[in-house]
Amino acid sequence: MSLDQLYQQIILDHSKARHGSGLSETAAPEGASTGQSHQLNPVCGDEVTLRVAVDHGTVAQLSWDGAGCSISMASASVLSEMAEGMSVDELRSVIGNFREVLRSRGKVHADPEVLGDAAAFEGVARYAARVKCAMISWVAAEDALNQAA
Amino acid sequence: MAVISTPTTLERALPAMDNAEVLRIRNDFPVLDQLVNGRPLIYLDSGATSQNPLSVIEAEQEFYEQRNAAVHRGAHHLAVEATEVFEDARQTVADFVGAQYEEIVWTSNATEGLNLISYALSNASLWAAQGRGDARLRELGLGPGDEIVVTEMEHHANLIPWQELAYRTGATLRHIPVDDAGALHLDQAAEIVGGRTRLLAFTHASNVLGTINPVHELVALARRAGALVVLDACQSAPHLSLDVKELDVDFAVFSGHKMLGPTGIGVLYGKQELLDVLPPFLTGGSMITTVTMDRAEYLPAPQRFEAGTQKISQAVALAAAVSYLTETGIDRVHRWESELGQRMVAGLEAIDGVRVLGPGAGKERIGLAAFDVAGVHAHDVGQFLDARGIAVRVGHHCAQPLHRRLGLTATTRASAYLYNTTDDVDEFLDAVSGVRAYFRA
Repeated sequence: MSLDQLYQQIILDHSKARHGSGLSETAAPEGASTGQSHQLNPVCGDEVTLRVAVDHGTVAQLSWDGAGCSISMASASVLSEMAEGMSVDELRSVIGNFREVLRSRGKVHADPEVLGDAAAFEGVARYAARVKCAMISWVAAEDALNQAA
Repeated sequence: MAVISTPTTLERALPAMDNAEVLRIRNDFPVLDQLVNGRPLIYLDSGATSQNPLSVIEAEQEFYEQRNAAVHRGAHHLAVEATEVFEDARQTVADFVGAQYEEIVWTSNATEGLNLISYALSNASLWAAQGRGDARLRELGLGPGDEIVVTEMEHHANLIPWQELAYRTGATLRHIPVDDAGALHLDQAAEIVGGRTRLLAFTHASNVLGTINPVHELVALARRAGALVVLDACQSAPHLSLDVKELDVDFAVFSGHKMLGPTGIGVLYGKQELLDVLPPFLTGGSMITTVTMDRAEYLPAPQRFEAGTQKISQAVALAAAVSYLTETGIDRVHRWESELGQRMVAGLEAIDGVRVLGPGAGKERIGLAAFDVAGVHAHDVGQFLDARGIAVRVGHHCAQPLHRRLGLTATTRASAYLYNTTDDVDEFLDAVSGVRAYFRA
């Protein structure tokens, strides 16, 4: 697999223009219940602190702060962009599907209908050492949802 | 059986290493002859683990094919032969670092060696408190008011065992800070290492900065304070002529797998008078004289610290690795790698947005360089290089406090060995020069 298949344009774009980045600049909508999660990858020091705001069963906002490689930062950005407006159940299901694809070592293909831009991370599944990079914000989102629920 | 050619006699006969010799050397390393992502492998991660020459692989195989038996027990032929090659290996390693045979203890890796010292010292406190063991133990044990000193550039393996020793004994852990360039603040070291210091632990050569620390100066500070000295020689023993007696350290540790040997074996050097009085760390078979249902008496070093079945084939293979290094000439290896290190640093410094950690071009360093690429995470740098068949290490290199001090979380590190050519370094530099454009940094 070539480097370009791993680092798809969407990934490189999102790693630079990060959607949802900046916790302090975004106040959670009033009346929404929030959950926050901090995740750390001790191997490389990648870090994400992510907050979800849930309003009447819908993800009203997903914002985050983080430091890490382009895969981890792009993955948080894509997640933030697609999560807003989803129902909590929908987001949980998408997270489950993303995890299945990423952990499949390339055996399970990403369905763009389900994963949208996150389908671009399919190639990461072939790089065992990078799966955690792509997953870190999604794990944080899952944890934050549990707290907001 | 151990045939030792001293480096100095060989040096005279052999000219400096060059690319042609390195290419011949490379034929001895089967793993290096492969394509990675369609490109010839360029292995620049020897600081993490080195590759094995055929002679090392064959030594281990020969042991299992012809001599495999438990050592130091059994009167049969194989047991005698296994014991002989095992102890010959100890002599080979002792000669390599200027130690006496009894002063070399096998460990599973350097980390275990450091933990062994740490636990032997806290056991010394426990024994002394109960009036057990030699009277000299009272001087070796630590307690509240005593200080252990490390440096800010240590690998976690030469930091955490001392944190835990401080915790167990009530002693205080202090450190010698590094400056912005990553060099030790020696003026501050002279203040920190003082009357309360009981132990000074530091690395000979930094696995991140590539610096070679001034051992004599630091040992002098420790001697003045009456403190023990522990030297982490993981990045020096494989690459330069190490003489533990000349350096006058009390303990030194290094790993087999970083010096062309197998994994699973490391070496602890300790001055005999210390090893013979220190309590053991691990206890069990093979390290005792008399055992009753209530207590046991222990053998002198090195067996005192070698409980249980030993790493026999690994010791034999490590001796083969040491022979490979002595035959090539460790001083010649050192000079060649210094040249590669200088080439790396000069080349990296010339690339826009690249910051090299540690001494700049023209200043002494071993054959490795860790660096930051502005706007690109180390994992992405490593992935980019891997696509070109170049193997480097990314991350904090088990030195989080040092990275934090230098304002970084992760860096990329290229580390060379005797099987790397200047072409390897040039290919690596060419690849690094393309990183920022690819990631649009």
